[in-house]
Amino acid sequence: MTGLILRRLGIGLVTVLAVSLIIFFGTKILPGDAAQIRLGQEATPENVAALREKLGLDKPYWAQYLIWLKNFMTGNLGISLASDVPITNLIADRYKNTVIVSCLTALIGVPISLMLGIMAAMFPGSLYDRVLTFVSVSLVAAPEFFTATLLVLLFVFALDIGNAVVVGSTDGKGFFELIAHFALPIATLSFVIASQLIRMSRAAVLNVMSSPYIEMAILKGVPRRRIIFRHALLNAIGPIVNVVALNLAYLVTGVIVVEVYFAYPGLATLIVQGVQSRDFVLIQGLGMIFCLTYVVLMLIADIAAFASNPRLRHPK
Amino acid sequence: MTRDTRNPGDVVFEARDLKIGAIQHDGSELRIVKGVDFKVRRGEVVALIGESGSGKTTISLSALGYAKPGLSFTGGEALLLGQDVTKMTTDELRPLRGISVAYLAQSAAATFNPSIKINEQVTEAPVLHGTKTQAEANAKALDLYRALELPNPETIGERYPHQVSGGQLQRLMAAMALCGDPELLVLDEPTTALDVTTQIEVLKAFKQVIKEEGAAAIYVTHDLAVVAQIADRVVVLYNGEIKEAGPVHEIITNPVHPYTSRLMDAIRPMPEAGQGEESSDEHLRASPALEARGIDAGYGKGADGLPLVPVLRDVNVAIERGKTVGIIGESGCGKSTLARVYAGLLPASAGEIYLDGERLSPGLSGRTREQLRKVQFVYQMADTALNPRQHIRDILGRPIDFYGTAEGMTRRARVDQLLDMVELPKQFADRYPHELSGGQKQRVNLARALAANPEVVLCDEVTSALDTIVAANVIDLLNRLQRETGVSFVFISHDLSTVSSFADEIVVLYAGMVAEQGPTDRVLAPPFHPYTRLLVSSVPEPRVGWLEEAAQTREAKAGASGSVQLTKKGCPFFARCPLAIAGTCDEVDPPKIDDGSGHIIDCHRSLAELNG
Repeated sequence: MTGLILRRLGIGLVTVLAVSLIIFFGTKILPGDAAQIRLGQEATPENVAALREKLGLDKPYWAQYLIWLKNFMTGNLGISLASDVPITNLIADRYKNTVIVSCLTALIGVPISLMLGIMAAMFPGSLYDRVLTFVSVSLVAAPEFFTATLLVLLFVFALDIGNAVVVGSTDGKGFFELIAHFALPIATLSFVIASQLIRMSRAAVLNVMSSPYIEMAILKGVPRRRIIFRHALLNAIGPIVNVVALNLAYLVTGVIVVEVYFAYPGLATLIVQGVQSRDFVLIQGLGMIFCLTYVVLMLIADIAAFASNPRLRHPK
Repeated sequence: MTRDTRNPGDVVFEARDLKIGAIQHDGSELRIVKGVDFKVRRGEVVALIGESGSGKTTISLSALGYAKPGLSFTGGEALLLGQDVTKMTTDELRPLRGISVAYLAQSAAATFNPSIKINEQVTEAPVLHGTKTQAEANAKALDLYRALELPNPETIGERYPHQVSGGQLQRLMAAMALCGDPELLVLDEPTTALDVTTQIEVLKAFKQVIKEEGAAAIYVTHDLAVVAQIADRVVVLYNGEIKEAGPVHEIITNPVHPYTSRLMDAIRPMPEAGQGEESSDEHLRASPALEARGIDAGYGKGADGLPLVPVLRDVNVAIERGKTVGIIGESGCGKSTLARVYAGLLPASAGEIYLDGERLSPGLSGRTREQLRKVQFVYQMADTALNPRQHIRDILGRPIDFYGTAEGMTRRARVDQLLDMVELPKQFADRYPHELSGGQKQRVNLARALAANPEVVLCDEVTSALDTIVAANVIDLLNRLQRETGVSFVFISHDLSTVSSFADEIVVLYAGMVAEQGPTDRVLAPPFHPYTRLLVSSVPEPRVGWLEEAAQTREAKAGASGSVQLTKKGCPFFARCPLAIAGTCDEVDPPKIDDGSGHIIDCHRSLAELNG
């Protein structure tokens, strides 16, 4: 199994390197010159040339790429073209928001969704199962802004609890204060990931439930709950963790609509700003961070799936 | 309930006019079991025998109060220890299952949960139902592991199911069923998936344990020869009804109902000398149709360019024109791998394949379309080999178009002709595979290969998934097709009696090496390769008492232990061979002893020694 994990690790590294090439050279193809953008339209050609030299832009692309990669690995993401501050400073606050919202959503949304899905698999075809299927399919179809609007209408306007716009600092807030602070974004995102998690966990468990060894457990008189939690769930972990990991990655990288809707600054909005202001350095840095998030989460999912498979844990 | 209250002769289970059916969408009932009556007494093994679709498994499961999803009890009673289990709720049934009545399924590999250690699964029922503490259950399990002659009984329970062999897992399943001291055992084809040499051991272990535990048993099978070894009474089922019932020796020696006679006839007689068809040499030409010379093959690729998992070593087999070569051996011996090497699906790592005397490229990509056309493959599972979303017409039409074998006919006419060749009505062309029965699908599967007008058809276990009578019909069809078209067959099977009934030549494969080959009647007569002798003596005979005799032979005693593994040098059968010469057989590759008639035995012993 160690060999398998090392191979995954290797594949992950190759992925990150490949993505870094695409990000770096992809931003190079874009029109515009970093030095020119930073100095503005009025800058003299001499100044631009001097800055190009200082930023290393006069070197060949492959040399620039290697320097950029080395800097990235040492945590130096460069200076923002649009605002002249280090990218790390720019990201720091927003990263905190994103991480808090993602983690809280994961903590609340993932276990609830999995429980709902597994319960649906326990009673397939029941009223509960059918209602849940209907609701989760509807949620898949509903775009995030729609869900968010419904939640705001219900809680903020009808019930007068929560904030339609998330403002203020998160400093010094405790766990429950944080939940209250981000209540509506967390709820919206939970709904978004719930539909997929419910449906996938239900399908994964149901798939296992049709195995001969489950029939054997029934014929041994094993109670339903033990069949699900001892006999079925162990064999459904592999597919489930993969869906969980994909959804967690989405929480870090793809929540732009929710961030904009509730007007709290997170990473996803930052990359849109980067694109709007043609801030190549910012785009490069965020791109790499998103890529790393995906790769690390998928790696964890793979390792969890390997670890849940006794054939890999205990080879013959 | 303690052992002391168990009297031999008490009725443990009784079916009274039991009816089981599927309720269809329109509310009507599709009846699977049409009112059956039988009793199982303490200390008695009752065999339910019949083909698939006869309702035998459905009836046996009723003893546990269980109906497969979609089915329900629609009438009559199933009395387990006097209680009607068909009327009980799941909660009422739970304490009975695993304690009063236990179930053994056909495939232990699928029945053990892959993620839970064996011991937990074996002891689960009594511990969960509170009839034993974990320590008591562990002790009971250990006794059973010893009684079932499992290796390392102290530690085998700590393993996961994938870490033990198929035959061991089958016996572990028996331990799982017996751990709760059940009054009634339900065994559903528990040896069908096993190789013959393994089947003997498992049958012997089952029989002994059932006797020692004093349990009653319902034994479900389609194999009368197995029934003869294990059952006291037999119930013959057909289409959900009992056709005949009685003590085992009466049913076997004097079957009354015509269906029972047909079942008996479908058992192929024991392989014997002189039984193979007269070999005529008129078809023989200078070169065989397909020939393998010095083939080494395996899976994966190591650093040295050789296979990571070697499967075949130095295999030389020639297939003559218009002849059938039967390749037999136990699962994992490389039978299918050899077929894949012939077909080019798996390029050999050494050796050559010749077609009509012309050297073939090892892989598919290097072969011309004409060469591909001449060698066709028929897979074991027609279910997975036929595209479920295509009409039979398209399944057969595709190779006709690809190889251009319509020969002036319209494609439609050629499809009709192919269906006619495999004895199916031409209306079947517009059906989907799932609308056909298992035997009919296998015929379509065969027609798909014939569509290419091949010279050699590689048949990989094509009858193994079929019922006895259906399989016999498919064999008759193969014989007819060979007479009419002169095609050669490579017939791969683990079932010696099927192969011997129609192959002209037999190749015995053991752990990736050819042990013996030659004309069928020569291979199945002494002198034997020691492995062939073990195989021949392991095929169950439909008579009472065979099992006890067979288990006493030196081959069976020696063959029970030892691993089946391709060795780097020497004879792979060394570990199980009663005639093995230490220092020679495990070190030096066996020489080929050729008696001049094309009968070759690979063994260090002399023919005189092998004759004895």
